[in-house]
Amino acid sequence: MSIRQALLALLEPGPMYGYQLRAEFEQRTGATWPLNVGQVYTTLSRLERDGLVEHVAGSGDDDADRAAQVMYRITPSGRGEVSAWFTTPVPRTQPPRDELAIKLAIAVTLPGVDIAALIQQQRTATMTALQDYTRLKRSGRASRPDRPEDLAWSLVLDSLVFDAEAEIRWLDHCESRLRRAAVEGQLHTPARPPRADLNTTDEEEVHS
Amino acid sequence: MTAVLHLDNVTRVHGEGATEVHALRGVSFRARAGELVAVMGPSGSGKSTLLTIAGGLDEPTSGTVSVEGSILGSLGNAGRARMRRTSIGYVFQDFNLIPALTAAENVALPRELDGERTKAARQLALAALEEVGIVDLADRFPDEMSGGQQQRVAIARAIVGERRLILADEPTGALDTDTGEEILRLLRSRCDAGAAGVLVTHEARHAAWADRVVFIRDGLIVDESGADSAEELLEVTP
Repeated sequence: MSIRQALLALLEPGPMYGYQLRAEFEQRTGATWPLNVGQVYTTLSRLERDGLVEHVAGSGDDDADRAAQVMYRITPSGRGEVSAWFTTPVPRTQPPRDELAIKLAIAVTLPGVDIAALIQQQRTATMTALQDYTRLKRSGRASRPDRPEDLAWSLVLDSLVFDAEAEIRWLDHCESRLRRAAVEGQLHTPARPPRADLNTTDEEEVHS
Repeated sequence: MTAVLHLDNVTRVHGEGATEVHALRGVSFRARAGELVAVMGPSGSGKSTLLTIAGGLDEPTSGTVSVEGSILGSLGNAGRARMRRTSIGYVFQDFNLIPALTAAENVALPRELDGERTKAARQLALAALEEVGIVDLADRFPDEMSGGQQQRVAIARAIVGERRLILADEPTGALDTDTGEEILRLLRSRCDAGAAGVLVTHEARHAAWADRVVFIRDGLIVDESGADSAEELLEVTP
């Protein structure tokens, strides 16, 4: 997962505490991919095991203090890994699992699923998310990115906006293709009554 | 919030008999002061018809339309034309500026047609151009301006004289992404300042600037997304 490389890369400019790393990550990404402190320390100890970071002991009075005050520094092989990360494209060979595409692919083949309603409900939900992202973009620190971290956050928001927009465009496309298919009689017409257990609502509507 | 625009059970039928087309089939719709509402739908869904009827450019077959409390159907042609000069601002995809007039003259035109004296109308036009950020282009002609600048002039013309209902039909359709976003920012800030805005678009990214998004299909409103936000979940305060 990219969290490992991201945290490692954030250590490039200089050593940092675990909680600092988490804060730096969230400065750039909002709470889009929330990181808990435990995850940060687990990742750091794996990076340490692999020789990519080393810790610089803290100066606390007791053990608990020292544990919380451990700073992490990137090693030369850590720098090698970061530079490899930035010079290698993210692979697209294995598309991430897309629940919506899977849901629709199954729905079009089954009788008794109200696909038009499915598409409309999803479109409204995705549009609501898109409105939220847009509001975040035009207000707050993303609207006037003064610092590189703010610019990073506004670009992450743009990525969420483009994703949501692509999903809505795809839903529009599915809707018009399914309408055409229904007109041309290519869509599955149920030969038997729709099964109640396939319906998300109590109404038993037959859509051809 | 008071509704500036009311559509009540509006239908619009084009043609008769076998060629009859039901563009709107009983649409009720509100746009309140301070609110930007987007209307989304595929071509032929009735979204542009809704806008032309809201703006008094077309009349409903049945149902009523009222703007700031006046029922458009009861006003007659002269009354409706007056509403369009004083209460309703319209923004089109292809700007619709008059090529022989400068930016300031285009913007001043609705005020002058309403009987304002030239000098006073020009002052109002300059204030509107200032608001859309291009007062320095006041004396240029449309063909001396970029698409984005022309659309800003068109928006200034739509808001001049404190009109409180702004209707925009695909206002970003002829513009590139960044320029389109600037135009939305302007519409948004005009609504934040108290106008009611209706934006017809097929672009989800643009519709997302609105407070509410209304989905229209085959002449009927099928759904609406008004967002109570999840932004607290996303934004981390620095």
